[in-house]
Amino acid sequence: MNIFTLASRELRSLFLSPLAWSILAVVQFLYAYLFMGRLEGFLQIQARLSLMEKAPDVTELVIIPVFANIATILLLVIPLLTMRLISEERRSRSLSLLLSAPLSMSEIILGKYLGLLGFILCLLLLLLLTPLSLLGSGSLDFGLLFSAWLALLLLAAAFAAAGLFMSSLTQYPTLAAITSFGLLLLLWLFNMAANNVGDDGSTSVLAYLSLLTHYENLIRGVINSADILYYLLFITGFLVLSIRRLDGERLQA
Amino acid sequence: MSEYLLQATQLSRRFNHHTAVDNISFQVQRGQVMGFLGPNGAGKSTTMNMLSGNLAPSQGQITIAGYDLLDEPRLAKATLGYLAENPPLYRELTVYEYLQFCARINQIPRTKIASAMQMAMDRCGLHSVTHRLIGNLSKGYQQRVGIAQAIIHLPAVVILDEPTVGLDPIQIREIRSLIRELGQDHAVILSTHILPEVQATCDQVQIINQGKLVFRDSIQGLEHRLQHNSLYVAFHQPPALDALQDLAGVESCESLGNGQFRVHYKEATSPAEQLVARSVAQNWRLYELRPEQASLEDVFMDLTHNEVVESET
Repeated sequence: MNIFTLASRELRSLFLSPLAWSILAVVQFLYAYLFMGRLEGFLQIQARLSLMEKAPDVTELVIIPVFANIATILLLVIPLLTMRLISEERRSRSLSLLLSAPLSMSEIILGKYLGLLGFILCLLLLLLLTPLSLLGSGSLDFGLLFSAWLALLLLAAAFAAAGLFMSSLTQYPTLAAITSFGLLLLLWLFNMAANNVGDDGSTSVLAYLSLLTHYENLIRGVINSADILYYLLFITGFLVLSIRRLDGERLQA
Repeated sequence: MSEYLLQATQLSRRFNHHTAVDNISFQVQRGQVMGFLGPNGAGKSTTMNMLSGNLAPSQGQITIAGYDLLDEPRLAKATLGYLAENPPLYRELTVYEYLQFCARINQIPRTKIASAMQMAMDRCGLHSVTHRLIGNLSKGYQQRVGIAQAIIHLPAVVILDEPTVGLDPIQIREIRSLIRELGQDHAVILSTHILPEVQATCDQVQIINQGKLVFRDSIQGLEHRLQHNSLYVAFHQPPALDALQDLAGVESCESLGNGQFRVHYKEATSPAEQLVARSVAQNWRLYELRPEQASLEDVFMDLTHNEVVESET
Protein backbone atom coordinates (compact mmCIF):
# COMPACT_ATOMS: atom_id res chain seq x y z
CA MET A 1 0.00 0.00 0.00
CA ASN A 2 2.66 2.47 1.04
CA ILE A 3 4.98 1.07 -1.57
CA PHE A 4 2.33 1.58 -4.17
CA THR A 5 1.77 5.20 -3.10
CA LEU A 6 5.48 5.90 -3.33
CA ALA A 7 5.77 4.12 -6.67
CA SER A 8 2.92 6.03 -8.26
CA ARG A 9 4.36 9.31 -7.03
CA GLU A 10 7.72 8.38 -8.53
CA LEU A 11 6.18 7.38 -11.83
CA ARG A 12 4.14 10.55 -11.93
CA SER A 13 7.15 12.74 -11.28
CA LEU A 14 9.07 10.89 -14.01
CA PHE A 15 6.36 11.55 -16.54
CA LEU A 16 6.23 15.20 -15.46
CA SER A 17 9.89 15.63 -16.38
CA PRO A 18 10.96 16.26 -19.96
CA LEU A 19 13.80 13.77 -19.46
CA ALA A 20 11.50 10.76 -19.40
CA TRP A 21 9.63 11.82 -22.50
CA SER A 22 12.78 12.54 -24.46
CA ILE A 23 14.22 9.19 -23.45
CA LEU A 24 11.07 7.47 -24.69
CA ALA A 25 11.27 9.41 -27.94
CA VAL A 26 14.97 8.86 -28.55
CA VAL A 27 14.83 5.14 -27.81
CA GLN A 28 11.80 4.75 -30.03
CA PHE A 29 13.46 6.64 -32.85
CA LEU A 30 16.69 4.64 -32.71
CA TYR A 31 14.70 1.46 -32.43
CA ALA A 32 12.64 2.29 -35.49
CA TYR A 33 15.78 3.11 -37.45
CA LEU A 34 17.50 -0.15 -36.49
CA PHE A 35 14.36 -2.11 -37.16
CA MET A 36 13.93 -0.66 -40.62
CA GLY A 37 17.53 -1.40 -41.53
CA ARG A 38 17.19 -5.02 -40.48
CA LEU A 39 13.87 -5.43 -42.18
CA GLU A 40 15.31 -4.03 -45.41
CA GLY A 41 18.14 -6.58 -45.25
CA PHE A 42 15.68 -9.36 -44.57
CA LEU A 43 13.53 -8.46 -47.55
CA GLN A 44 16.56 -8.60 -49.82
CA ILE A 45 17.46 -12.16 -48.86
CA GLN A 46 13.90 -13.35 -48.39
CA ALA A 47 13.77 -14.94 -51.85
CA ARG A 48 16.86 -17.03 -51.16
CA LEU A 49 15.60 -17.94 -47.68
CA SER A 50 12.42 -19.37 -49.09
CA LEU A 51 14.50 -21.97 -50.96
CA MET A 52 16.17 -23.15 -47.73
CA GLU A 53 14.84 -25.87 -45.54
CA LYS A 54 14.20 -24.77 -41.92
CA ALA A 55 15.12 -21.22 -42.80
CA PRO A 56 15.30 -18.69 -39.97
CA ASP A 57 12.16 -16.52 -39.94
CA VAL A 58 11.62 -12.82 -39.47
CA THR A 59 11.63 -13.08 -35.67
CA GLU A 60 15.08 -14.58 -35.65
CA LEU A 61 16.59 -12.40 -38.34
CA VAL A 62 15.00 -9.04 -37.57
CA ILE A 63 13.53 -8.77 -34.11
CA ILE A 64 16.15 -10.59 -32.06
CA PRO A 65 19.18 -8.69 -33.45
CA VAL A 66 17.36 -5.40 -32.95
CA PHE A 67 16.51 -6.34 -29.38
CA ALA A 68 20.17 -7.12 -28.83
CA ASN A 69 21.03 -3.62 -30.01
CA ILE A 70 18.38 -2.15 -27.74
CA ALA A 71 20.16 -3.72 -24.77
CA THR A 72 23.16 -1.51 -25.47
CA ILE A 73 20.93 1.54 -25.73
CA LEU A 74 19.34 0.64 -22.39
CA LEU A 75 22.80 0.48 -20.87
CA LEU A 76 23.24 4.12 -21.82
CA VAL A 77 19.76 5.28 -20.99
CA ILE A 78 18.85 3.61 -17.68
CA PRO A 79 21.55 5.41 -15.65
CA LEU A 80 19.94 8.66 -16.78
CA LEU A 81 16.63 7.50 -15.39
CA THR A 82 17.99 6.20 -12.11
CA MET A 83 20.40 9.02 -11.37
CA ARG A 84 17.85 11.27 -9.71
CA LEU A 85 15.93 8.69 -7.69
CA ILE A 86 17.59 9.36 -4.36
CA SER A 87 20.33 11.89 -5.03
CA GLU A 88 17.83 14.50 -6.19
CA GLU A 89 15.70 14.04 -3.08
CA ARG A 90 18.77 14.37 -0.98
CA ARG A 91 19.83 17.53 -2.74
CA SER A 92 16.45 19.22 -2.63
CA ARG A 93 16.07 18.05 0.99
CA SER A 94 12.77 16.37 0.29
CA LEU A 95 14.13 13.11 1.69
CA SER A 96 13.17 14.29 5.19
CA LEU A 97 9.52 14.08 4.17
CA LEU A 98 9.87 10.34 3.65
CA LEU A 99 12.15 9.78 6.61
CA SER A 100 9.84 11.44 9.12
CA ALA A 101 6.76 9.72 7.73
CA PRO A 102 5.75 6.31 9.08
CA LEU A 103 7.60 4.42 6.34
CA SER A 104 10.38 1.90 6.58
CA MET A 105 13.56 2.21 4.56
CA SER A 106 12.63 -0.89 2.57
CA GLU A 107 9.32 0.68 1.64
CA ILE A 108 11.03 3.84 0.45
CA ILE A 109 13.55 1.94 -1.70
CA LEU A 110 11.04 -0.56 -3.05
CA GLY A 111 8.55 2.21 -3.81
CA LYS A 112 11.12 4.12 -5.80
CA TYR A 113 12.29 1.00 -7.58
CA LEU A 114 8.80 -0.12 -8.54
CA GLY A 115 7.97 3.37 -9.78
CA LEU A 116 10.94 3.26 -12.10
CA LEU A 117 10.09 -0.28 -13.12
CA GLY A 118 6.68 1.01 -14.16
CA PHE A 119 8.39 3.44 -16.49
CA ILE A 120 10.68 0.75 -17.88
CA LEU A 121 7.64 -1.40 -18.53
CA CYS A 122 6.07 1.42 -20.56
CA LEU A 123 9.30 1.79 -22.52
CA LEU A 124 9.53 -1.92 -23.29
CA LEU A 125 5.85 -2.36 -24.10
CA LEU A 126 6.25 0.32 -26.74
CA LEU A 127 9.06 -1.74 -28.23
CA LEU A 128 6.68 -4.67 -28.63
CA LEU A 129 4.34 -2.72 -30.88
CA THR A 130 6.67 -2.55 -33.87
CA PRO A 131 7.17 -6.34 -34.24
CA LEU A 132 3.41 -6.77 -33.89
CA SER A 133 2.97 -4.53 -36.93
CA LEU A 134 4.58 -7.30 -38.99
CA LEU A 135 1.67 -9.58 -38.16
CA GLY A 136 -0.26 -8.10 -41.05
CA SER A 137 2.09 -9.70 -43.57
CA GLY A 138 3.33 -12.84 -41.87
CA SER A 139 3.59 -14.79 -38.67
CA LEU A 140 5.91 -14.36 -35.70
CA ASP A 141 7.54 -16.82 -33.36
CA PHE A 142 5.78 -15.63 -30.21
CA GLY A 143 7.76 -17.89 -27.89
CA LEU A 144 11.03 -16.44 -29.06
CA LEU A 145 9.65 -12.92 -29.03
CA PHE A 146 8.48 -13.34 -25.45
CA SER A 147 11.78 -14.80 -24.32
CA ALA A 148 13.74 -11.97 -25.92
CA TRP A 149 11.40 -9.39 -24.43
CA LEU A 150 11.73 -11.00 -21.00
CA ALA A 151 15.49 -10.82 -21.42
CA LEU A 152 15.26 -7.09 -22.08
CA LEU A 153 12.99 -6.59 -19.10
CA LEU A 154 15.23 -8.49 -16.70
CA LEU A 155 18.28 -6.72 -18.03
CA ALA A 156 16.68 -3.29 -17.68
CA ALA A 157 15.44 -4.16 -14.18
CA ALA A 158 18.96 -5.21 -13.21
CA PHE A 159 20.40 -1.97 -14.64
CA ALA A 160 17.79 -0.02 -12.67
CA ALA A 161 18.65 -1.72 -9.37
CA ALA A 162 22.35 -0.98 -9.81
CA GLY A 163 21.54 2.60 -10.81
CA LEU A 164 19.31 3.05 -7.77
CA PHE A 165 22.14 1.97 -5.50
CA MET A 166 24.55 4.39 -7.15
CA SER A 167 22.00 7.15 -6.72
CA SER A 168 21.76 6.38 -3.02
CA LEU A 169 25.48 7.02 -2.60
CA THR A 170 25.62 10.64 -3.63
CA GLN A 171 23.71 13.87 -3.82
CA TYR A 172 24.84 14.70 -7.36
CA PRO A 173 22.67 13.11 -10.06
CA THR A 174 25.39 13.35 -12.72
CA LEU A 175 27.81 11.55 -10.44
CA ALA A 176 25.24 8.82 -9.91
CA ALA A 177 24.73 8.55 -13.69
CA ILE A 178 28.39 8.23 -14.58
CA THR A 179 29.21 5.77 -11.80
CA SER A 180 26.27 3.53 -12.61
CA PHE A 181 27.18 3.66 -16.29
CA GLY A 182 30.75 2.65 -15.39
CA LEU A 183 29.59 -0.18 -13.18
CA LEU A 184 27.16 -1.54 -15.76
CA LEU A 185 29.69 -1.34 -18.56
CA LEU A 186 32.23 -3.17 -16.44
CA LEU A 187 29.76 -5.96 -15.68
CA TRP A 188 28.96 -6.07 -19.36
CA LEU A 189 32.60 -6.33 -20.36
CA PHE A 190 33.38 -9.15 -17.94
CA ASN A 191 32.12 -11.38 -20.68
CA MET A 192 34.69 -10.10 -23.16
CA ALA A 193 37.52 -10.58 -20.70
CA ALA A 194 36.37 -14.11 -20.04
CA ASN A 195 36.37 -14.90 -23.75
CA ASN A 196 39.84 -13.50 -24.24
CA VAL A 197 41.53 -15.54 -21.55
CA GLY A 198 40.37 -18.83 -23.00
CA ASP A 199 38.44 -21.79 -21.72
CA ASP A 200 40.63 -23.35 -19.05
CA GLY A 201 37.81 -22.94 -16.52
CA SER A 202 39.50 -20.25 -14.43
CA THR A 203 37.64 -17.52 -16.23
CA SER A 204 34.20 -18.98 -15.89
CA VAL A 205 33.54 -16.97 -12.74
CA LEU A 206 33.98 -13.71 -14.60
CA ALA A 207 31.87 -14.97 -17.45
CA TYR A 208 29.24 -16.05 -15.00
CA LEU A 209 29.15 -12.62 -13.38
CA SER A 210 28.71 -10.89 -16.68
CA LEU A 211 25.29 -9.40 -17.36
CA LEU A 212 25.71 -10.28 -21.01
CA THR A 213 26.18 -14.06 -20.68
CA HIS A 214 22.81 -14.58 -19.07
CA TYR A 215 21.19 -12.18 -21.44
CA GLU A 216 22.47 -14.06 -24.50
CA ASN A 217 20.83 -17.29 -23.42
CA LEU A 218 17.47 -15.67 -22.94
CA ILE A 219 17.52 -13.73 -26.14
CA ARG A 220 18.21 -16.93 -28.10
CA GLY A 221 14.99 -18.26 -26.67
CA VAL A 222 16.44 -20.42 -23.93
CA ILE A 223 14.59 -19.63 -20.72
CA ASN A 224 16.84 -21.06 -18.09
CA SER A 225 15.90 -20.70 -14.43
CA ALA A 226 19.57 -20.12 -13.56
CA ASP A 227 19.64 -17.05 -15.78
CA ILE A 228 16.44 -15.69 -14.35
CA LEU A 229 17.70 -16.36 -10.85
CA TYR A 230 20.91 -14.51 -11.66
CA TYR A 231 18.96 -11.38 -12.51
CA LEU A 232 16.68 -11.69 -9.50
CA LEU A 233 19.70 -12.09 -7.22
CA PHE A 234 21.40 -9.15 -8.87
CA ILE A 235 18.33 -6.97 -8.35
CA THR A 236 17.77 -8.10 -4.74
CA GLY A 237 21.43 -7.58 -3.94
CA PHE A 238 21.48 -3.98 -5.09
CA LEU A 239 18.14 -3.20 -3.47
CA VAL A 240 19.37 -4.53 -0.13
CA LEU A 241 22.55 -2.49 -0.50
CA SER A 242 20.47 0.64 -1.16
CA ILE A 243 18.32 0.02 1.90
CA ARG A 244 21.38 -0.48 4.06
CA ARG A 245 22.99 2.59 2.64
CA LEU A 246 19.96 4.78 3.38
CA ASP A 247 19.67 3.33 6.85
CA GLY A 248 23.38 3.78 7.47
CA GLU A 249 23.14 7.45 6.66
CA ARG A 250 20.87 7.93 9.66
CA LEU A 251 23.29 6.10 11.94
CA GLN A 252 26.70 6.96 10.60
CA ALA A 253 28.90 8.79 13.05
CA MET B 1 0.02 8.12 30.59
CA SER B 2 1.72 11.40 31.25
CA GLU B 3 0.69 14.41 29.28
CA TYR B 4 4.23 14.77 28.02
CA LEU B 5 3.86 14.24 24.32
CA LEU B 6 7.53 14.42 23.60
CA GLN B 7 10.31 13.33 25.87
CA ALA B 8 13.97 13.42 25.05
CA THR B 9 16.25 11.78 27.53
CA GLN B 10 20.02 12.28 27.63
CA LEU B 11 20.28 12.79 23.93
CA SER B 12 23.73 12.92 22.38
CA ARG B 13 24.96 12.96 18.82
CA ARG B 14 28.54 12.77 17.70
CA PHE B 15 29.97 13.25 14.23
CA ASN B 16 33.43 11.70 14.18
CA HIS B 17 35.20 13.58 16.94
CA HIS B 18 32.80 16.47 17.06
CA THR B 19 29.96 16.34 19.54
CA ALA B 20 27.06 18.25 18.03
CA VAL B 21 24.56 17.55 20.80
CA ASP B 22 25.73 16.66 24.25
CA ASN B 23 23.47 14.94 26.73
CA ILE B 24 20.34 17.06 26.59
CA SER B 25 17.00 16.17 28.13
CA PHE B 26 13.66 17.91 27.88
CA GLN B 27 9.96 17.29 27.49
CA VAL B 28 7.03 19.08 25.91
CA GLN B 29 3.42 18.85 27.02
CA ARG B 30 0.22 18.96 25.05
CA GLY B 31 -0.85 22.56 24.54
CA GLN B 32 2.65 23.89 24.80
CA VAL B 33 4.79 25.72 22.28
CA MET B 34 8.43 25.21 23.09
CA GLY B 35 10.91 27.63 21.59
CA PHE B 36 14.28 26.16 20.80
CA LEU B 37 16.85 28.89 20.55
CA GLY B 38 20.50 28.91 19.79
CA PRO B 39 23.18 30.60 17.69
CA ASN B 40 24.16 29.06 14.37
CA GLY B 41 25.92 25.74 14.71
CA ALA B 42 24.72 25.23 18.27
CA GLY B 43 23.09 21.88 17.51
CA LYS B 44 19.53 23.04 16.88
CA SER B 45 19.05 21.39 13.54
CA THR B 46 20.84 18.23 14.66
CA THR B 47 18.41 17.98 17.57
CA MET B 48 15.44 18.58 15.26
CA ASN B 49 16.72 15.90 12.91
CA MET B 50 16.99 13.46 15.78
CA LEU B 51 13.52 14.25 17.09
CA SER B 52 12.05 13.73 13.64
CA GLY B 53 13.80 10.42 13.03
CA ASN B 54 16.04 11.71 10.25
CA LEU B 55 19.13 11.10 12.33
CA ALA B 56 19.71 8.41 14.92
CA PRO B 57 21.05 9.67 18.25
CA SER B 58 24.43 8.31 19.36
CA GLN B 59 22.95 8.00 22.82
CA GLY B 60 19.67 8.64 24.55
CA GLN B 61 16.02 8.05 24.03
CA ILE B 62 13.18 9.87 22.33
CA THR B 63 9.55 9.13 23.15
CA ILE B 64 6.74 10.56 21.08
CA ALA B 65 3.21 10.22 22.44
CA GLY B 66 4.39 7.24 24.46
CA TYR B 67 6.13 5.44 21.58
CA ASP B 68 9.87 5.05 21.49
CA LEU B 69 11.16 6.54 18.24
CA LEU B 70 13.86 3.92 17.86
CA ASP B 71 11.95 0.82 18.92
CA GLU B 72 8.58 1.63 17.35
CA PRO B 73 9.46 4.12 14.63
CA ARG B 74 6.28 3.52 12.65
CA LEU B 75 3.92 4.33 15.52
CA ALA B 76 6.05 7.20 16.74
CA LYS B 77 6.40 8.77 13.30
CA ALA B 78 2.66 8.49 12.68
CA THR B 79 2.11 10.99 15.50
CA LEU B 80 4.83 13.33 14.36
CA GLY B 81 4.80 16.20 11.90
CA TYR B 82 8.08 17.72 10.80
CA LEU B 83 8.94 20.75 8.75
CA ALA B 84 12.67 20.83 8.07
CA GLU B 85 14.64 24.01 7.51
CA ASN B 86 14.16 23.62 3.77
CA PRO B 87 10.56 22.56 3.22
CA PRO B 88 10.59 19.05 1.69
CA LEU B 89 8.58 19.72 -1.44
CA TYR B 90 8.20 18.10 -4.83
CA ARG B 91 8.30 21.10 -7.10
CA GLU B 92 6.82 19.29 -10.09
CA LEU B 93 3.57 18.43 -8.28
CA THR B 94 0.59 20.67 -7.64
CA VAL B 95 -0.31 21.58 -4.07
CA TYR B 96 -3.25 19.22 -4.26
CA GLU B 97 -1.22 16.25 -5.53
CA TYR B 98 1.49 16.88 -3.01
CA LEU B 99 -0.83 17.04 -0.02
CA GLN B 100 -2.64 13.95 -1.22
CA PHE B 101 0.66 12.12 -1.36
CA CYS B 102 1.55 13.35 2.15
CA ALA B 103 -1.83 12.24 3.46
CA ARG B 104 -1.31 8.77 2.04
CA ILE B 105 2.21 8.19 3.29
CA ASN B 106 1.12 9.35 6.72
CA GLN B 107 -1.41 6.54 6.77
CA ILE B 108 -4.58 8.56 6.85
CA PRO B 109 -7.47 6.19 6.05
CA ARG B 110 -8.67 6.60 2.46
CA THR B 111 -12.09 7.89 3.44
CA LYS B 112 -10.61 10.65 5.59
CA ILE B 113 -8.01 11.91 3.13
CA ALA B 114 -10.29 14.53 1.56
CA SER B 115 -11.30 16.05 4.88
CA ALA B 116 -7.72 16.01 6.17
CA MET B 117 -6.59 17.87 3.06
CA GLN B 118 -9.40 20.41 3.48
CA MET B 119 -8.40 20.98 7.07
CA ALA B 120 -4.71 21.48 6.24
CA MET B 121 -5.50 23.83 3.36
CA ASP B 122 -7.95 25.82 5.52
CA ARG B 123 -5.44 26.24 8.28
CA CYS B 124 -2.61 27.25 6.01
CA GLY B 125 -4.70 29.37 3.62
CA LEU B 126 -3.88 27.36 0.52
CA HIS B 127 -7.24 27.33 -1.22
CA SER B 128 -6.28 29.93 -3.80
CA VAL B 129 -3.26 27.92 -4.97
CA THR B 130 -4.64 24.37 -4.80
CA HIS B 131 -3.97 23.52 -8.43
CA ARG B 132 -0.76 25.40 -8.98
CA LEU B 133 2.64 23.80 -9.26
CA ILE B 134 4.61 24.04 -6.04
CA GLY B 135 7.70 25.09 -7.97
CA ASN B 136 5.89 28.19 -9.22
CA LEU B 137 4.67 29.36 -5.81
CA SER B 138 6.28 32.17 -3.85
CA LYS B 139 8.56 31.30 -0.94
CA GLY B 140 5.82 32.19 1.54
CA TYR B 141 3.33 29.83 -0.04
CA GLN B 142 5.92 27.08 -0.30
CA GLN B 143 6.54 27.49 3.41
CA ARG B 144 2.83 27.19 4.07
CA VAL B 145 2.63 24.06 1.98
CA GLY B 146 5.47 22.73 4.10
CA ILE B 147 3.50 23.46 7.26
CA ALA B 148 0.34 21.94 5.78
CA GLN B 149 2.35 18.79 5.13
CA ALA B 150 3.44 18.68 8.77
CA ILE B 151 -0.07 19.01 10.23
CA ILE B 152 -2.16 17.10 7.70
CA HIS B 153 -2.36 13.95 9.84
CA LEU B 154 -3.06 15.95 13.02
CA PRO B 155 0.07 14.71 14.74
CA ALA B 156 0.43 15.00 18.49
CA VAL B 157 3.85 16.59 18.08
CA VAL B 158 4.71 19.20 15.47
CA ILE B 159 8.35 20.12 14.92
CA LEU B 160 9.07 23.28 12.95
CA ASP B 161 12.63 24.21 12.08
CA GLU B 162 12.90 27.94 11.37
CA PRO B 163 9.48 28.19 9.74
CA THR B 164 9.52 31.93 9.09
CA VAL B 165 12.87 32.28 7.33
CA GLY B 166 12.53 34.22 4.11
CA LEU B 167 8.94 35.34 4.61
CA ASP B 168 7.65 38.89 4.44
CA PRO B 169 6.33 40.55 7.63
CA ILE B 170 2.67 39.84 6.88
CA GLN B 171 3.37 36.20 6.18
CA ILE B 172 5.46 35.99 9.34
CA ARG B 173 2.50 37.30 11.35
CA GLU B 174 0.19 34.75 9.79
CA ILE B 175 2.55 31.86 10.36
CA ARG B 176 3.07 32.92 13.97
CA SER B 177 -0.62 33.01 14.67
CA LEU B 178 -0.90 29.63 12.99
CA ILE B 179 1.76 28.28 15.32
CA ARG B 180 -0.09 29.66 18.33
CA GLU B 181 -3.24 28.03 17.10
CA LEU B 182 -1.45 24.72 16.66
CA GLY B 183 -0.07 25.02 20.15
CA GLN B 184 -3.55 24.79 21.61
CA ASP B 185 -4.06 21.14 20.91
CA HIS B 186 -0.66 19.83 19.83
CA ALA B 187 2.78 19.97 21.32
CA VAL B 188 4.86 22.25 19.14
CA ILE B 189 8.60 22.62 19.01
CA LEU B 190 9.79 25.69 17.23
CA SER B 191 13.42 26.15 16.39
CA THR B 192 14.54 29.66 15.63
CA HIS B 193 17.18 32.27 16.24
CA ILE B 194 14.78 35.20 16.19
CA LEU B 195 13.96 36.43 19.68
CA PRO B 196 10.71 38.32 18.94
CA GLU B 197 9.41 35.15 17.31
CA VAL B 198 9.88 33.23 20.51
CA GLN B 199 8.29 36.03 22.52
CA ALA B 200 5.32 36.12 20.18
CA THR B 201 4.60 32.42 20.04
CA CYS B 202 6.16 30.31 22.78
CA ASP B 203 5.27 29.34 26.33
CA GLN B 204 8.53 27.64 27.11
CA VAL B 205 12.01 28.48 25.98
CA GLN B 206 15.20 26.57 25.95
CA ILE B 207 18.53 27.71 24.69
CA ILE B 208 21.19 25.44 23.34
CA ASN B 209 24.79 26.41 22.90
CA GLN B 210 27.63 24.22 21.72
CA GLY B 211 25.45 21.17 22.04
CA LYS B 212 24.49 21.81 25.65
CA LEU B 213 21.25 23.06 27.10
CA VAL B 214 22.17 26.30 28.84
CA PHE B 215 18.78 27.73 29.69
CA ARG B 216 15.31 26.43 30.23
CA ASP B 217 12.41 28.45 31.54
CA SER B 218 9.01 29.87 30.78
CA ILE B 219 8.78 32.85 28.46
CA GLN B 220 8.33 35.12 31.50
CA GLY B 221 11.59 33.78 32.85
CA LEU B 222 13.34 34.67 29.63
CA GLU B 223 11.84 38.14 29.59
CA HIS B 224 13.03 38.66 33.13
CA ARG B 225 16.51 37.72 32.00
CA LEU B 226 16.30 40.17 29.20
CA GLN B 227 15.71 43.10 31.60
CA HIS B 228 18.96 44.87 31.65
CA ASN B 229 18.40 47.22 34.62
CA SER B 230 19.08 50.17 32.44
CA LEU B 231 17.04 53.00 30.92
CA TYR B 232 17.57 54.87 27.72
CA VAL B 233 16.61 58.56 28.03
CA ALA B 234 16.81 61.50 25.66
CA PHE B 235 16.30 65.20 26.34
CA HIS B 236 16.07 68.29 24.18
CA GLN B 237 17.80 70.28 26.91
CA PRO B 238 20.04 67.73 28.52
CA PRO B 239 21.10 68.24 32.12
CA ALA B 240 24.61 67.68 33.36
CA LEU B 241 25.63 64.04 33.82
CA ASP B 242 25.92 64.58 37.57
CA ALA B 243 22.28 65.64 37.83
CA LEU B 244 21.24 62.18 36.59
CA GLN B 245 23.78 60.42 38.70
CA ASP B 246 22.28 61.98 41.83
CA LEU B 247 18.90 60.30 41.35
CA ALA B 248 18.10 57.63 43.93
CA GLY B 249 18.97 54.10 42.82
CA VAL B 250 21.18 55.12 39.93
CA GLU B 251 24.41 53.19 39.78
CA SER B 252 26.06 54.82 36.86
CA CYS B 253 25.31 56.99 33.90
CA GLU B 254 26.80 57.35 30.47
CA SER B 255 26.28 60.00 27.87
CA LEU B 256 25.59 58.79 24.35
CA GLY B 257 25.85 62.32 22.88
CA ASN B 258 23.06 64.47 21.45
CA GLY B 259 21.23 64.64 24.75
CA GLN B 260 20.90 60.86 25.02
CA PHE B 261 21.90 58.93 28.11
CA ARG B 262 21.98 55.40 29.40
CA VAL B 263 21.15 55.12 33.09
CA HIS B 264 22.08 51.93 34.93
CA TYR B 265 20.26 51.29 38.17
CA LYS B 266 20.17 48.75 40.98
CA GLU B 267 17.79 45.85 40.70
CA ALA B 268 14.14 46.81 41.35
CA THR B 269 14.82 50.50 41.92
CA SER B 270 13.96 51.99 38.57
CA PRO B 271 14.41 55.76 38.65
CA ALA B 272 12.00 56.32 35.79
CA GLU B 273 9.32 58.04 37.80
CA GLN B 274 11.76 60.38 39.52
CA LEU B 275 13.41 61.12 36.24
CA VAL B 276 10.20 62.26 34.66
CA ALA B 277 9.27 64.39 37.66
CA ARG B 278 12.71 66.00 37.72
CA SER B 279 12.63 66.64 34.00
CA VAL B 280 9.33 68.49 34.28
CA ALA B 281 10.46 70.48 37.27
CA GLN B 282 13.74 71.54 35.72
CA ASN B 283 12.56 71.71 32.11
CA TRP B 284 14.97 69.17 30.60
CA ARG B 285 12.35 68.46 27.93
CA LEU B 286 12.40 64.70 28.08
CA TYR B 287 11.17 63.21 24.80
CA GLU B 288 12.11 59.55 25.06
CA LEU B 289 12.35 57.09 27.91
CA ARG B 290 12.46 53.33 27.55
CA PRO B 291 13.73 50.38 29.50
CA GLU B 292 16.53 48.67 27.62
CA GLN B 293 16.36 45.04 26.65
CA ALA B 294 19.24 42.75 26.17
CA SER B 295 19.54 41.25 22.72
CA LEU B 296 19.53 37.53 22.28
CA GLU B 297 23.27 37.71 21.71
CA ASP B 298 23.68 39.32 25.12
CA VAL B 299 21.68 36.54 26.70
CA PHE B 300 23.75 33.95 24.86
CA MET B 301 26.93 35.63 26.00
CA ASP B 302 25.62 35.87 29.51
CA LEU B 303 24.49 32.26 29.62
CA THR B 304 27.53 30.74 28.02
CA HIS B 305 29.71 32.32 30.65
CA ASN B 306 27.61 30.78 33.37
CA GLU B 307 27.35 27.17 34.35
CA VAL B 308 25.18 24.79 32.38
CA VAL B 309 21.70 24.85 33.87
CA GLU B 310 20.61 21.39 34.85
CA SER B 311 17.08 20.69 33.78
CA GLU B 312 14.65 20.77 36.69
CA THR B 313 12.60 17.73 35.65
